[in-house]
Amino acid sequence: MSDAGVTQTWPTRWRRPPQMVKSRAWRIALWVLAIVYLYFAVSTVEVNWTRVAIGWERGMRFVAGFLSPDFTTRWRDISTGLIESLTMTFTSTVVGILISVPIGVGAARNLSPRPVYLVCRSIIAVSRALQEVIVAIFFVALFGFGAFAGFLTLAFATIGFLAKLLAEDIEDIDEAQAEAIRATGASWLQLVNYAIQPQVMPRLIGLSMYRLDINFRESAVIGIVGAGGIGGTLNTSLSRYEYDSAGAILLIIIAIVMVAEYTSGILRSRLQ
Amino acid sequence: MLTIENLTKVYKTGDRALTDVSFTVPKGQVVGLIGPSGAGKSTLIRCINRLVEPTSGTIRLNEVEITRLRGAELRRVRRRIGMIFQEFALVERLTVMENVLSGRLGYVPFWRSFLRRYPAKDVALAFRLLDRVGLTEHADKRADALSGGQRQRVGIARALEQEPELLLVDEPTASLDPKTSRQIMRLIVEICRESELPAIINIHDVLLAQQFVDRIIGLRAGRVVFDGPPILLTKDALTRIYGEEDWTAMQKGAAEDAQAEAEARRANEKFVGAL
Repeated sequence: MSDAGVTQTWPTRWRRPPQMVKSRAWRIALWVLAIVYLYFAVSTVEVNWTRVAIGWERGMRFVAGFLSPDFTTRWRDISTGLIESLTMTFTSTVVGILISVPIGVGAARNLSPRPVYLVCRSIIAVSRALQEVIVAIFFVALFGFGAFAGFLTLAFATIGFLAKLLAEDIEDIDEAQAEAIRATGASWLQLVNYAIQPQVMPRLIGLSMYRLDINFRESAVIGIVGAGGIGGTLNTSLSRYEYDSAGAILLIIIAIVMVAEYTSGILRSRLQ
Repeated sequence: MLTIENLTKVYKTGDRALTDVSFTVPKGQVVGLIGPSGAGKSTLIRCINRLVEPTSGTIRLNEVEITRLRGAELRRVRRRIGMIFQEFALVERLTVMENVLSGRLGYVPFWRSFLRRYPAKDVALAFRLLDRVGLTEHADKRADALSGGQRQRVGIARALEQEPELLLVDEPTASLDPKTSRQIMRLIVEICRESELPAIINIHDVLLAQQFVDRIIGLRAGRVVFDGPPILLTKDALTRIYGEEDWTAMQKGAAEDAQAEAEARRANEKFVGAL
C-alpha cells in the first residue's frame, strides 16, 4: 500500500463525538450545575422526625390491618362497592372508547383537515390536562354523590388517553398501504376501513384493555372524593379506623388489577 | 389512450421534479420509464392518478381531463387507473382476497366494502385473477404471510380487479430477486398484451426494460431526453439519460441475457414461432 516506503499509521483511539453539547467546558458546567441544584433541592426537604415518631405507630397499625385483612365484617359494603366499581369501569371504558375513536381519527394529521384536527386535539388536551380527581369533584358537585359522577369522570379521562394514543398510532402508519388504497379510487371512509383500521386495530384493542385496568384503579381513587364505588367503601373504612377492612379492600383491588393485567397481556400478544 | 401535455411539477420546497413533459401512450402500448434516481419518474406516474398534484399542464385519459378533477369525480378516474407499487403496498393484516377485492373500492358503496359483501361478478373476477397470477390456494391467507414475489402478484391482481384502462407500475421489481423480477415483468407485460392495456412502467433496470417494453422514455432531471423503441437506446442515449458510464459492457451482458431468455422461452413453449 505504501508507495514511498512510508508506512502509514492509523489512529488506534476513537471516541464517540458528543451529540448534544459540543463544547467540553459547557458539558462540565452543566454537570456541576445539575449536582449543585440537586444538593440544594434535597436539603430543602424538611423532615419532622418527632412527627414521624408519632405517625409511625399509626402507620404500623395500618400495616398490621393490612396483614390481617377482615373480609367478613363489612362484606356487604365491600361487595356493593366492588360491583359498583366494576360496573362503572366497564361502562365508562366502553363509552370512552366509542367516543375516542372518532376523536382519535379526527386528531390524526394525515387523515383530517386542519380545522377538524385542531378541534379534536383541543378536546384531547382538555381531557388530559384535568386530573381525574378534579374532574370527579366537579361531577360530584354537578350530579351529587354516587357512581354516575364516577362513570362520567372515567369516560372523560378515557377519551383523552385513548384518542391521543390512537391519533399518534394513525400518524405512524405505513403510508404506502394508504396510498395504494387511495389509488383504487376509495372514499375517505373506505380508506379508513381498509388501510388504517387493519394497521391500528391490534394496538387499539391493547390500549383499550390497558385503559380498562387503569379505569378500575382510578375508580378506587375517585371514590374517595365521593364518586361511588370501592373507593367510597375504602374511604369509609379508613375514616372509621377499620384498617383490617381497608386492608381487605386493598387486597381485592390488587388481585383484580393483577388479573386484568394478566389477561390483557395474553390478549395483546395473541393479536399481533 | 393517455395524453400528457406540458406537465410540470414544482414541489413546495421549490424542487422542480418535472419540466414540460409531453407524450402520448396509445392503447395497448407498454412504456418503460427510465432515468436516474430523483429524475422524477415516481412523481410523473403519481401525477397521472393525482397522488401527487401537478403544478401545470394537462393529462387526459380517453378524453377525460384529469388535472382539474375533485372529490367523487377524481375517485371515478382513479378507479380506471390501476397501480402496482415498489414495496407491494398490500394491506398486510388483510387477507389476500380482501386485498384483491379492494381494487373494487371505487365502484362499491361503503356498506358493501365494510361488510365485505362484494357483488358476485367482482368476487368472480377476483377468483379469476388470483388463478391468473397463480395464487388461488392463498386467497384466505394474510398478505404478510406471502413471499415477495407472491405479494407482488397480489398487487397485480388488485390493480387488475379495478378493470383499469391504464396501468401505472412503480418499480415493480426493486425489492425482488433477479429471477422473480423477470417473472413479474413477464406477467405484467403478458397481461397488458392480453387485454390491450396500456401501461407505464417505472423501472431502474435498463436491461429488464429493454427486454420487455415496446417503448422507452428516458427522464433526466425532470425532462424527457429520450423517447423511442428499445432498439434505439444506444450508448449515446444512455449517456444522455444517466451520464457517462461503460455502457457497451452492460449491453453485451444484456444481449447474452436476452439470448438466455429467448432459449428459456423456446424450451417452455411447445411451438417455436416467429422467434
